Amino acid sequence: MNLLTVSPSPHIRGNETTSGIMRDVLIALIPAAVASVIIFGFRTLAVIAVCVCSCAIFEWAFEKLTKRDTTIGDLSAAVTGVLLAYNLPVTIPLWQCVVGSFVAIVVIKQLFGGIGKNFANPAITARIFMFLAFTGTMSRYIIPRSPDAVTGATPLMIMQSGVGELPSALDLFLGNHGGVLGETCALALILGFAYLLIRRVIGWETPVIYVAVVFALTAAFGGNPVNAILSGGLLLGAIFMATDYVTAPMTFWGRFVFGAGCGVLTVIIRQFGSYPEGVSFSILIMNILTPYLNRLTAAKPFGGVK
Amino acid sequence: MLKTLGGVRTPHKKGTANSREEPMAISRFVTIPMSMHRGKPAKCIVKTGDVLKVGQKIGEADGSDSAHIHSSVSGTVKDIITTDPVTGKAQISVVIETDGLQTFDETLAPPTVETLDDLLVAIRNSGVVGLGGAVAPTAPKLTLRDPSKIDYLIVNGAECEPYMTCDTRTMIDDRELLWSGIRLIHRFLGIKNIVIAIERNKPEPIRIFKELTAKEPIARVQVLPTKYPQGGKINLIYNITGRIVPEGKRPGDVGCVVINCSTLACVARYVETGVPLVAKRVTVDGSAVKKPRNVLVPLGTPISDVFEYCGGLRDNVAKVITGGPMMGITIPDLHMPVVKSTNTLLAFSDKEAFAPKPSTCIMCGKCIANCPMKLMPVEIQDAFLREKTDRLRALKPGMCVECGCCSFTCPASRPLTQYVKLAKARLRE
Ligand code: SF4
Ligand code: SF4
Repeated sequence: MNLLTVSPSPHIRGNETTSGIMRDVLIALIPAAVASVIIFGFRTLAVIAVCVCSCAIFEWAFEKLTKRDTTIGDLSAAVTGVLLAYNLPVTIPLWQCVVGSFVAIVVIKQLFGGIGKNFANPAITARIFMFLAFTGTMSRYIIPRSPDAVTGATPLMIMQSGVGELPSALDLFLGNHGGVLGETCALALILGFAYLLIRRVIGWETPVIYVAVVFALTAAFGGNPVNAILSGGLLLGAIFMATDYVTAPMTFWGRFVFGAGCGVLTVIIRQFGSYPEGVSFSILIMNILTPYLNRLTAAKPFGGVK
Repeated sequence: MLKTLGGVRTPHKKGTANSREEPMAISRFVTIPMSMHRGKPAKCIVKTGDVLKVGQKIGEADGSDSAHIHSSVSGTVKDIITTDPVTGKAQISVVIETDGLQTFDETLAPPTVETLDDLLVAIRNSGVVGLGGAVAPTAPKLTLRDPSKIDYLIVNGAECEPYMTCDTRTMIDDRELLWSGIRLIHRFLGIKNIVIAIERNKPEPIRIFKELTAKEPIARVQVLPTKYPQGGKINLIYNITGRIVPEGKRPGDVGCVVINCSTLACVARYVETGVPLVAKRVTVDGSAVKKPRNVLVPLGTPISDVFEYCGGLRDNVAKVITGGPMMGITIPDLHMPVVKSTNTLLAFSDKEAFAPKPSTCIMCGKCIANCPMKLMPVEIQDAFLREKTDRLRALKPGMCVECGCCSFTCPASRPLTQYVKLAKARLRE
């Protein structure tokens, strides 16, 4: 007989694993990819492929160089790659995708210690970096299915400048308007949200509160709340980036407040800032506050006395 | 509205639920330790060469937090050993060579139970201890300091650990005994509410006790959601009465007594027949066991013999556990005897025993969401590893009930339960 293993309890494990969770996130992102191909054409796939591959390669190479365990198997780099791609316009030069992936994986994730240690969401921070570094290409949005790929304004720009004609609410919902790859089709993003909820990957709290706060505040400022939640990166950010485990709070109430904070900041930036889009900045700011939110909303031990 | 605490959904694996127990063949030697309960070991009152019968007292309780020990077999005392051969700890055990006849001690007779004191003396003489795992002697538990303050007695038939079905079998096969136990409690303790708590995944016991309580309404059945650790004291009390047991307090402080159903059935058996606790109903299961089943095992039987009786172990056995898979303890050596607390023996194949290597915490918060005690295992782990003692104290690892939910749920396979236990030990220093 073999030697018997001695180990601490428990002796069975749930079937959730880091890679399983990341795989579910990737699956939840598929509808948006499909929508994006329909809306912006096949170059979409090239952008996604370049981002995913370069993220994975940077992760692998950095971990090799620093002699850490390789973690590309946990698929978190792939998720970052897809999310980064979803934040880029379809016309983005592919070399810029590689630069963005470098910022996301090496600068934001690995230099802070790898998965679980980074304080800011890699995809969001890389998007902000690219927005500042490659402002021109990053704000060249094409109007979907226009024969000669006419560039034009996103609904948010139209709302802010008041110039141009807003797409109908239905077009906004289906994503038939200018924008970055993954953000336009609300329907696809909501399908992904439903999948994540069913698989219990994320809770409802952050996305629902985020969207609800944006809706309410926009209405309070006299804007059109439906347009506000269907345009820009709000749904993409609320569902997939404000719910990133590593950079969002761990407690229910922490996540609740996180969502609310993102909502308030997004509306303030959209209303008073010079950028039309406030989602990325809002999430980044709340990422920085996450450790404090964790402390503030710490669970109270059951029956604990002071 | 039934309130419930956190916890996890574990696989049930109650494959042996329909296996009525079989009394196994008597081993040639049994080894009965004098310490099978929490509290002081019993004083050994036999010597080498003594001839014993089933039910004869061999260990005398040493004070009120100790319990009597009785011989589980008939035979001759071969040896009195003073160190445990496996753990090396000082522990007195009586080794008995059996004669295979299982002659009962003829002095065993049902006690006269007419008052509460009679009942408590009887329980004491029965050698019964908490069989749910806590193994605290039962008589002190039922010696209520202020009976008027206790208004709930919960008979624990939740049996939330996967694999375990011995309590389920008690509720089915020993329903009469258990019911007389409930009658005894009702008659002598005068506790207002007697609640039989059973998890929803056990329809047969639920039906049986619903019928019994309908005929004789001295107790009621509370069906509980199937969720681990439903059978934990603190969970049961909260889910049934809505009361919270404060940190450092006991169930009695919130007016509750929780008693395991098999414990109560053993008490009733003694009151009816005079036979003390000498054999345990044990669930034997796991992928490395050839014929999983429930077995009635005389105390002191070597674990290897129990597995042998269940068709033997497969060659790929990698881990043997006494207790359930969530809270049980791995045993390194199969010569160890079955004791009063043994309720499950699991043998896992290498595949089932496989534990993934821990990876980095991804801060998902699932360990926090699933901790029934609302602790923050991830933070306790962090404070422990960074040796931040003040922070650690504030996180109250001492309240952990060691249920294992945090480790079970962690996608990064962090050994959280172990860290919390270590943190607890460090703070005690
Ligand atoms: S910290 Fe303790 S009580 Fe909480 S889930 Fe982990 S083992 Fe259970
Ligand atoms: S469950 Fe595991 S990965 Fe998630 S927060 Fe707790 S320790 Fe970290």
